[in-house]
Amino acid sequence: MQNVTKEGRLSPSLLKLDYANETRRIETAMRETILRQFKKKGAVIGISGGVDSGVVATLAVRALGKERVFGLLMPERDSASETLALSRELVDHLGIQHALEDISPILEAAGCYRRRDEAIRRVIPEFATGDKNKLVLSALQENRSYRLFKVVVQHRDGRLAEAPLDLKSYLGIVAATNFKQRTRKMMEYYYADSLNYAVAGTPNRLEYDQGFFVKLGDGAADIKPIAHLYKTQVYQLAEFLELPDGIRNRRPTTDTYSLPQSQEEFYFSLPYDKMDLVLYGKNSGFSSSEIGESIGLSARQVERVFQDIESKRSAARYLHSPPVLVEGAPFSQG
Amino acid sequence: MNHSKEVRDFIVSNFLFGDGATLQDDTSLLDSGTVDSTGVLELIMFLEEKYRLRIDPEEVTPDNLDSISKIVRFLMEKRTAVASVA
Repeated sequence: MQNVTKEGRLSPSLLKLDYANETRRIETAMRETILRQFKKKGAVIGISGGVDSGVVATLAVRALGKERVFGLLMPERDSASETLALSRELVDHLGIQHALEDISPILEAAGCYRRRDEAIRRVIPEFATGDKNKLVLSALQENRSYRLFKVVVQHRDGRLAEAPLDLKSYLGIVAATNFKQRTRKMMEYYYADSLNYAVAGTPNRLEYDQGFFVKLGDGAADIKPIAHLYKTQVYQLAEFLELPDGIRNRRPTTDTYSLPQSQEEFYFSLPYDKMDLVLYGKNSGFSSSEIGESIGLSARQVERVFQDIESKRSAARYLHSPPVLVEGAPFSQG
Repeated sequence: MNHSKEVRDFIVSNFLFGDGATLQDDTSLLDSGTVDSTGVLELIMFLEEKYRLRIDPEEVTPDNLDSISKIVRFLMEKRTAVASVA
């Protein structure tokens, strides 16, 4: 699936998986890596109530047996109301051992919320603790333009306000909210160490390719079993694996800010089904006009998405980079 | 005061770490990979602080900020606008 040869007209059918083969391949890799290579006894998976962690947990159960899979539910005060219920539904459905760790007190102690709120107040001084908020990335324009973030807040009386972010407020908000993903990873490794398990990460291909993760946060794991799968393929597996309807039908969300935030608002330039086809088409040598035809965009618009993809890949190189050594050392692979 | 030199010096020291040999006045900062979306915010902060002006979100466009010459022209227009209001 890496860079396939261009074949026929670009359409979603090119992303259709052979479910039996694909699940077998992933399950074999999980067994080989976790049990034989790492000599761990099972897998810890952070459960978000979304389709990615649902598919990874289900594949882990099929690969290792349900007694070797541990689900970790880690909501915090900004999590969506349905997150916990959907997460519980998944662990009950799979019959796996699990723990609930509300990470809000850790985040509070680390100053996550306070630091974030201070950064928001730099641009919206009347923002009060407890007001809801989110970051929104400007839409991709047809002409080459900058994509800048603004913060949107909802005051307790329901009033909405928004403001463009300057450098310090943007970096401050992102740095503070990154505590969430890093705290979750710390907790996953606590359980992994306690149980002598490995940690299975849950990025899909869009996230992995485009750097939509926090370095040493959700970007950290011992194995990433679905990082080669496009998002629409993850949904296909979710159906094949008969995940609960609520999880299969949940709209992708960052679940990081207290106002509902789609992944397009925060990161990607198109909804995931179109983004899948552009990325697949680009990797497979389809032209911008061929891709545009299949998803209802002009060639020029697709070229702008190409530029956005390359710009994100460039930023993702740092996120993916392991610590760099000045000279090779016995355990380095470089 | 030479805006062109000041802007160039900032870009060379902040984004190119002293190596400005290939940076022409009309080099596209986006296409050359000199400035990314965080870099644009750094550039805005520099211009606002250095020249004591306020850049509105709708002014944050490649037409105004994507090369040294465009930035200098934008600065001159901003200053003219401020002077005419005053």
